[in-house]
Amino acid sequence: MTATVTPTPQTSSPPPSTPQSRVRKRLTSRWASLIAIVIALLWTTPTFGLFLSSFRPEDQIKQTGWWTFFSDPVLTLENYQSVLFSTSSSSGQMASFLINSLVITIPSVLFPVALATFAAYALSWLDFRGRDWIYIGIFALQVVPLQMALVPLLSFFSQGVEIFGLTVLPAWDLEGPAKFIQVWFAHTCFALPVGVFLLHNFMSELPGSLIEAARVDGATHGKILRRIVLPLVLPALASFGIFQFLWVWNDLLVALIFAGGTPDSAPMTVRLAQMAGTRGNEWQRLTAGAFVSIIVPLAVFLSMQRYFVRGLLAGGIKG
Amino acid sequence: MDLNFDFAAEQPKLVQLLIGVVAFFAFIGLMLLLLDRAPMRQRARLHALILLGPALILLGIGLIIPGIRTTLLSFMNGDSSTWVGFENYSWMFTQPEALTVLRNTLIWVLVVPLLVTAIGLVYAVVVDNTRFESLAKSLVFLPMAISFVGAGIIWRFVYAYRPEEADQIGLLNQIVVFFGGTPQQWLLEPPVNTLFLIVVMVWIQAGFATVVLSAAIKGIPSEIVEAARLDGASPIQMFFRVTIPAIRPAVIVVVVTQCIGTLKLFDIVRTMTGGQFDTSVIANEMYNQSFRYGETGKGSALAVFLFVLVIPIVIYQIRNLRQQREAR
Repeated sequence: MTATVTPTPQTSSPPPSTPQSRVRKRLTSRWASLIAIVIALLWTTPTFGLFLSSFRPEDQIKQTGWWTFFSDPVLTLENYQSVLFSTSSSSGQMASFLINSLVITIPSVLFPVALATFAAYALSWLDFRGRDWIYIGIFALQVVPLQMALVPLLSFFSQGVEIFGLTVLPAWDLEGPAKFIQVWFAHTCFALPVGVFLLHNFMSELPGSLIEAARVDGATHGKILRRIVLPLVLPALASFGIFQFLWVWNDLLVALIFAGGTPDSAPMTVRLAQMAGTRGNEWQRLTAGAFVSIIVPLAVFLSMQRYFVRGLLAGGIKG
Repeated sequence: MDLNFDFAAEQPKLVQLLIGVVAFFAFIGLMLLLLDRAPMRQRARLHALILLGPALILLGIGLIIPGIRTTLLSFMNGDSSTWVGFENYSWMFTQPEALTVLRNTLIWVLVVPLLVTAIGLVYAVVVDNTRFESLAKSLVFLPMAISFVGAGIIWRFVYAYRPEEADQIGLLNQIVVFFGGTPQQWLLEPPVNTLFLIVVMVWIQAGFATVVLSAAIKGIPSEIVEAARLDGASPIQMFFRVTIPAIRPAVIVVVVTQCIGTLKLFDIVRTMTGGQFDTSVIANEMYNQSFRYGETGKGSALAVFLFVLVIPIVIYQIRNLRQQREAR
């Protein structure tokens, strides 16, 4: 499908006058399409190979390359059944981890979006002392790599806060499903700097007369936020939401540390990393498992690509 | 095969999810209630406190205090019981295993932004204004939705190795064999194995560069393009004399973002080699020292070093942004 990428002549440009220039133009455009095709192939073939392999029987995956499929097509859904639903611990048990991924991701998107919206509204439209300094401070926090925060935040959860032997905050001691709370908490903290920055960018561009008029009419800040600002910045919320969704769903480091590695709370990325380490040659499970984890963000991404691109161009890349 | 997957066992998690979502709506309701109750004045200190409070508390607990504590921990020993001065830092810059990590990180930071920007730029130019532009861009952009872990598995499959007499299952070795070579274990031979890991990162990020640079190319004023074309500029001349100077700010954005992202890279190395065979990078080593070997001091020192490396890049970016804004 990519083999047809050919440049069309621009309608706005004057037609090349001399024969030489026409030849030269066609030559370079031929090179250009060749480059485009090669890059597009390089960027799609690896994923396609994995996708095709995930439907091939185990012995075939392990003995022949996926390209032999075209001469000897055999397909099966067995890999997916086994990796998702088998209860033996050597297989994926992916269904459990898939549910964990969902349970981790949904609140980890909702909370930062809400908190960042409130904060960005205050920083754009309220008048109070120190506003600019707070904004600069939050902006600057984007610099802090989350690696800086991992060890102390983990001990905050497991040991609480003690100052000179005095317990200020007790340990959280979260067990079982409550462990998800600390993952939500960590993801929310780490998302706030970029979220506030992004939403502030959009919100401060709104016309001030609109908000001023509502205030003169006696609207409270709650009402202005709900009725006027929110509908206007909805696309921005969508792009930050998608960023955060992809970030949390695809995250490995935060999950490894705050969710642990068991089927009780670990997401799919952690499980896949484990399988790649200990069962690196069980390709029938790795291919199917990887594809299960890929399909959800891919669907979200494809359906909302417009918002994603807009956020990207507004500087919403998380460091 | 036993397929008795027990959905009942998953119920507590879904209950937890429900609790989380209910808590979310309760939080929103409470915030709006407080906002409506607070008296309206010109100086809105009370409203600001309500709106900013939760975010500032979380930033304090989640980033500011931990950042300070990590800095302190980097001057302490493995279990944080005594002060050791700069010992962890001198370990980082003198011990061979730590120096390998720093060398690898340097290679990553030099190679990834360069390749990502170059490939993204060339691709954005060659597909610009073609009939299949949006499809072509989507194809390259798609890997951005894939997790680094997923991408790691995709590429491990490409690099898969079988002994010479057997059929190859990895695409790369199949190509090597097709051209009469012998199959290689690509990820085991330092230092080239780092390059094979870098390929994965470039594969994921090139789409980002394509989208940003393509948007910049579309923003070049058409009068400039027309003028150059009327003057008889060849496509190559157009690329170097017109396109590149016009989109320089976007190129800088891409390079800077890639530098920062690459410095913090963890997942690819962890999934594909686990940092073995001399492929570890700072973020991976930091994880190993802190969470596997119990060497919190060394791990914290690595994290602080990462922070120090990022600062100049961000300052450069901020200055750059300000210049752009003044120029407007």
